[in-house]
Amino acid sequence: MSSMGTLDLPRVQAPSAQPSWRHRLRDRGIDRLLWLVAPAFLFLVLLFIYPSVYGIVLSFQPMDHSGFLGNYVRFFFDPFLRGTIGHTFSIALPASIFNVVAAIPLALAMRRRKRSQRIVNVLLVTPITLGTVLVAEGLLNYLGPRGWVNRILMGIGLTDKPLPLLHNMWGVIISLIITGFPFAFLLILSYVSGINPAMDAAARTLGAGASQRFFRITLPLLSPGIANTFCLTFVLAFSVFPSATLLGNPSGDSHVLAVAAANAAFQQYDYPLASAISVITAVVELLMIAIVLGLRSRLYSGSTATGKG
Amino acid sequence: MAMTGTPTRRRPRRSLPRALRFVPSWLFWIAIAFFVVNLLGLVGTVVVSSFGTEWFDSWLPQGWTTHYYATAWGSFQLADALIVTVEVAFVVVAVGLVLGTPAAYVLARKQFPGKKLLMLGFLLPIMVPPITYGIPLATLLYKLHFGGTLTGVIIANTVPAVPFVILVLTPFVEQIDPKIESAARMCSANTWQIFRRILAPLMTPGLLAAALLVLIQTVALFELTFLVSGPGSQTLIVDLYYAVFASGIRPEQAISAMAVIYMLTTLIVLIIALRYVSPTQIVAQAKGNEEETDA
Repeated sequence: MSSMGTLDLPRVQAPSAQPSWRHRLRDRGIDRLLWLVAPAFLFLVLLFIYPSVYGIVLSFQPMDHSGFLGNYVRFFFDPFLRGTIGHTFSIALPASIFNVVAAIPLALAMRRRKRSQRIVNVLLVTPITLGTVLVAEGLLNYLGPRGWVNRILMGIGLTDKPLPLLHNMWGVIISLIITGFPFAFLLILSYVSGINPAMDAAARTLGAGASQRFFRITLPLLSPGIANTFCLTFVLAFSVFPSATLLGNPSGDSHVLAVAAANAAFQQYDYPLASAISVITAVVELLMIAIVLGLRSRLYSGSTATGKG
Repeated sequence: MAMTGTPTRRRPRRSLPRALRFVPSWLFWIAIAFFVVNLLGLVGTVVVSSFGTEWFDSWLPQGWTTHYYATAWGSFQLADALIVTVEVAFVVVAVGLVLGTPAAYVLARKQFPGKKLLMLGFLLPIMVPPITYGIPLATLLYKLHFGGTLTGVIIANTVPAVPFVILVLTPFVEQIDPKIESAARMCSANTWQIFRRILAPLMTPGLLAAALLVLIQTVALFELTFLVSGPGSQTLIVDLYYAVFASGIRPEQAISAMAVIYMLTTLIVLIIALRYVSPTQIVAQAKGNEEETDA
């Protein structure tokens, strides 16, 4: 068969005495071109898969020789360690839900403002580029008891004493919103631009009101994109590390999974326990994503451009 | 619902229909302004604090000075950190492009058994939090005596860089018509000639985008460098983290000055990047990678 015919015209005419296994492999898509992917594949195996497997194996060899599952038993029976799962969720979930929910109406409104889009984009990309450490350093002053936020709040008489916005989970959530919201906004904006305005126009012609059109046309079409965006902002929020240690209270309500893993590795030098916590983090996060994507597959999944899906 | 008004008499809009604008204009601008004001506020406090003499319980510092920049430059060995950052970033970009480009080409052009699995493998380093694979990776690198060295930092940072290049480049390769390559082969060009004279020029925008995105990512990526680096191999952002974490040892203004220097570095990279890459592209690669995972 010559699905490759365009590329291999001279070779197709080769005598049929050639060993046929090579042809059969080529028909299935395996030929010399595949070697081009080998360096990247080797790299992936050496630097990602091998360390991950090493970490998983290490996590089953506890330092106190408490048996195969020792580290996992220890994690789930120690309330301080077990609590990290709850802490991680109570920081990552509100932050990513807020980011997505705020991004939807704003992205819809942004869509028709083509001229101002570039400047808004640039302003929003800035915090992504600055990175979490710098945002944390800025918020330490800005949200502090004598920072500008509390000065303004007290100046207009909203509070008598400074709001405690630092060294608790609020500081961490605020920093996750500042770095995560632009990401969610730009992502949803790119999904919104994929929706054909004609469908909304059609609904209007049929007499649907604004809220009807939003809930029955736009939102269903947008929901797969919303699920994807939620997953990605959740991943960003779930791996919160610098903001949790700098802005939060890393031994209290922002003792998140990443902090626990880093502490086990670099303060207690218990690499097996650190690996076990890493494995738990990855499993919990991938489970959450699987659930969201599983729900997503039950939503509308077709073309947003024609509506004939 | 009853027909409200007389829809037929409305003149057709060229722009978007109304349901897509259910947020009133003023509310939209207030929300965006609120975000931007807070952003400027947090950047502003850092800048103001770096130029201030003493700043305790007032809106602005009592006096202005620039000498904390000299303090920061000296006491944090910023020149070293800047050199390390530049070295790491450029080597990581180069390695990422060299390993990622051929892989992206194959993944864009060919169907083969196990392709989906391979794509998933390349996506995982981006989807999984860096600290989870970073800890075992750091443990291994320390065992192999790469821990704390510049080589170790570079190795760790290439782990998300290669998949990133593949994700950004694959759609670019898909846009190139394979007939052009076939034509070149008919004219008896060999593979290297095809790459150098046909593919590379057509892929230049993609290569540029991938390089700049990896550059931004590497400068801002904290966790992996934090886990692997030691004294002398810390990038600017890890240096900044330690300075903020151990604040109290050094004057706060010096830490702010250091943060300003870091900000200027990233903003310069960002400005260069924005000349060539549109911000939606930065995010579009993430969107693409999501769609691959559940395909």
